[in-house]
Amino acid sequence: MLIAPLLLFVVVTFIVPILSMLFRSVENDIVPDTIPGVVTELAEWDGSAGLPPSEQVFRYLYLDLFKASEAKQHTRLGTRLNYEKTGLSSLLRTTGRSLDDVGEEWQDPLEDIDANFKDGAFWYQMMSGTDGEDLLEERRDLWAAMVGESMAGDVGFVPSEQVAQMLPWTTRAYTDFAIWTAIEDEDSVAEEDPWEAVYGALGMDLTNPETVTAIQSYTGPGADALKAAAANVGQLPQTGFREAFAAENEDWLSPDVWATIKLYSSSMTSGYFLNAVDMQLTPDGIEQKPENQQIYTQLFMRTLVMALIITASCVVLGYPVAWLLANLPMRTASILMILVLLPFWTSLLVRTSAWKVLLQQQGVINEILVWLGFVNDADRLILMNNATGTIIAMTHILLPFMILPLYSVMKTIQPSYLRAAKSLGATNWTAFWRVYFPQSVPGIGAGSILVFILAIGYYITPEIVGGTSGVFISNRIAYHISSSLNWGLAAALGSILLVVVLGLYWCYDKIVGIDNVKLGG
Amino acid sequence: MSAAIIEIKRPDLLTFTMPIVAVLGAMFGFITGNIFGDPWIGLIGGAIVGAALAGVLAKITSVKRWKSIWGVAVLFGVVGAMFGGVGGLFGGFLVGLSMGWFATWVGTGQYRKRVPIYYTPGQVLWHSTFLFICAFVFFFLIAPLVPVIWLSFNAENFFTFTPEMLSFKAEGYSLKHYRDFLGTDEWMVPLKNSLIIAPIATIISVSLGTLAAIGLSQSHVPGRQAMMAILISPMIVPLIISATGMFFFYAPLGNWLQVNLGLNQAFVGYVKVILAHAVLGIPFVIITVTATLVGFDKSLTRAAANMGANPVTTFFRVQMPLILPGVISGGLFAFITSFDEVVVVLFVGSARQQTLPWQMYTGLREQISPTILAAATILVSVSILLLLTVELLRRRSERLRGMSPG
Repeated sequence: MLIAPLLLFVVVTFIVPILSMLFRSVENDIVPDTIPGVVTELAEWDGSAGLPPSEQVFRYLYLDLFKASEAKQHTRLGTRLNYEKTGLSSLLRTTGRSLDDVGEEWQDPLEDIDANFKDGAFWYQMMSGTDGEDLLEERRDLWAAMVGESMAGDVGFVPSEQVAQMLPWTTRAYTDFAIWTAIEDEDSVAEEDPWEAVYGALGMDLTNPETVTAIQSYTGPGADALKAAAANVGQLPQTGFREAFAAENEDWLSPDVWATIKLYSSSMTSGYFLNAVDMQLTPDGIEQKPENQQIYTQLFMRTLVMALIITASCVVLGYPVAWLLANLPMRTASILMILVLLPFWTSLLVRTSAWKVLLQQQGVINEILVWLGFVNDADRLILMNNATGTIIAMTHILLPFMILPLYSVMKTIQPSYLRAAKSLGATNWTAFWRVYFPQSVPGIGAGSILVFILAIGYYITPEIVGGTSGVFISNRIAYHISSSLNWGLAAALGSILLVVVLGLYWCYDKIVGIDNVKLGG
Repeated sequence: MSAAIIEIKRPDLLTFTMPIVAVLGAMFGFITGNIFGDPWIGLIGGAIVGAALAGVLAKITSVKRWKSIWGVAVLFGVVGAMFGGVGGLFGGFLVGLSMGWFATWVGTGQYRKRVPIYYTPGQVLWHSTFLFICAFVFFFLIAPLVPVIWLSFNAENFFTFTPEMLSFKAEGYSLKHYRDFLGTDEWMVPLKNSLIIAPIATIISVSLGTLAAIGLSQSHVPGRQAMMAILISPMIVPLIISATGMFFFYAPLGNWLQVNLGLNQAFVGYVKVILAHAVLGIPFVIITVTATLVGFDKSLTRAAANMGANPVTTFFRVQMPLILPGVISGGLFAFITSFDEVVVVLFVGSARQQTLPWQMYTGLREQISPTILAAATILVSVSILLLLTVELLRRRSERLRGMSPG
């Protein structure tokens, strides 16, 4: 069919992007992808008791965050969580810097116990083995999810299943280190000294009495070093990772912080949408944001009200002109039509700059008013960088979109109806109001919805002449896309706007039908 | 105008013309008086001048109407110049022009020329007021463009009028902003980008759009409404939303193209912007071409087929020439959509794809240089040309379809 190529083209280049935006607005992969272990472990934690989670959670947190900070992903997680609770970004940022120090608390004593632990090749020998492919792939997938790349390639390392049974934490940490070293850094695993996290993980394993027992009967590579370590557990820090994190930052013990992490640990979230309507998800359920942080409902309202004012001014200004154009002889009408079409065809930026020239404090309108003596030089009118500026400029810019549909509807109204009404004794007003006006209502409806839809999504003009009090929701979306980088919120705001517009469009279709859209008279 | 010229009766001078002209004079007088700090004396003076003018013009019947209007304008201009220099000359001239026109328009009864003879005075008043309102709206539509063109010849780097410009001294004007526009990479590179992106996007949307419109115009299309809705959607969805969606989708798409097909970054950047612009232009092509096809006589294609032409020949030799005006004007809409588009480029493109509107936008936001106005003036000229093209095409199309060209 002839339509197929275009349909495919539009779907791929337009519909899919829109759907991806809708998806973006609920997507929350960052948290489960960056700290998967913490997320699983947190499921069992009950925040209502007011206590921080268990040591186990902090162990996962340490290993996950260490990975994340190697891959520079922990700041991204911080930014994401900061949208929900202020302060989390700096918490993660500062903690990310000191993860090495935490690991060294275990690394130094371990290296004192047996100097072999200093040696990368020794570690490689100890951890390598057979049957560990499943574990390797599992860790590879976790890496891939975190950094968003496939992490495919030869690692040059297979963890030993036997060691993995005995030292689960250590094997996981070492495998993560091996994958990163081989794939991202493109170094040989055997030649590199392991991360501090691996020593920390060994410390975790050694706190488990079963592990200590298992080491006694272990005979594989590195058995002596491990036995020595198991025998001297007393030299290792006696505190756990919870204390280590708490020492870095007290906030890690705060149940609120953990409640937020738990709340946003699923891969889908309504958080962005709630944010977009000035609500927030708290451990106690959905609630209104504090008064001073509510901006979006107000902004949506302002966008709607201003779009309505602009639409109304367009109707008021456009109706007489459309009537005149529809009732003049064809030749005169098409000359006057050019006056309508010229601004329609003129670049939006040209018209916006025109209004900047006219409206600014030293602009044409103010200069003329001052020259005529109506306005004092000292207190010139402030026409720009506020709502007035946006309304004036956008009314001008959108007026042709009102006049054209109105004109095409009025063109179809027979002038003889008016004459008939008058000959039956109607006054001018009655004839207009009872006979002509009802017939022109579809035109008003079409034009209004067109103007309203265009106005509600305008970005450039409010940005340039609107200042702070004359901006629309679209400016906020652009701000979140390009400055604050809170893309999820931008997507949620966009989705809400999209729903509003589609609703309006549905009305438009009911009133005039899509086929009746006319352009350029 | 009409063949049967009805002798228009002059209204009574003392009870009608003079008071009305006096009111207008009073308004001008009030404004003029305000400049000199005494509006009320100006008001009274203006009323007297207005009444006198009406009286004098009523006596001069031997001179053609427009000659006397120009005479009044020049006279007022000279008087204005004596008091207020060049500004006064200009202002006086305008006041004179309007006063003279108004006085003769009322005085000779011209104001009744266009209305039916049976109209009551109230209806005539309303009719005239209505015309003034419409004139005001047209003024509102067109006037903002004038200062832009004027200021683009500014000799200074300001966005405002200098005293030299207002007193029409030669040193107040220069072409330097046009030289800036044409001579620097800052503007020429964006212009080049625009001229790369817009035509290619137009070609894509026109070729795909025309095909689809022809497909849609056939009688047996299942799900026509739904397909139409999808195809028109880029026009309905606000640009900011399209741009946001494209921002999320095109960035990974671009990365994928770079990594998997080994294309270089600049090329992929252009591809992204062109695809985005092409899809934005498609609704316009669909709408204009579908509208043209409504008037297309299907028996022509049947006749062609009957005489042995294959579908391709029929399309290019019979159908295409007839729908060409619609295709071209759809293409122009698509072109202007791409050429004028900022939001999507801002979101999807990188600095290398900076287009002319983008440069204007940054210029308006950051450094305010009248070079923007030079660019704007050039764009206005381009849009006038495009407008004329579309208008001519429309007339040709209507002529071809047997409608009155008007």
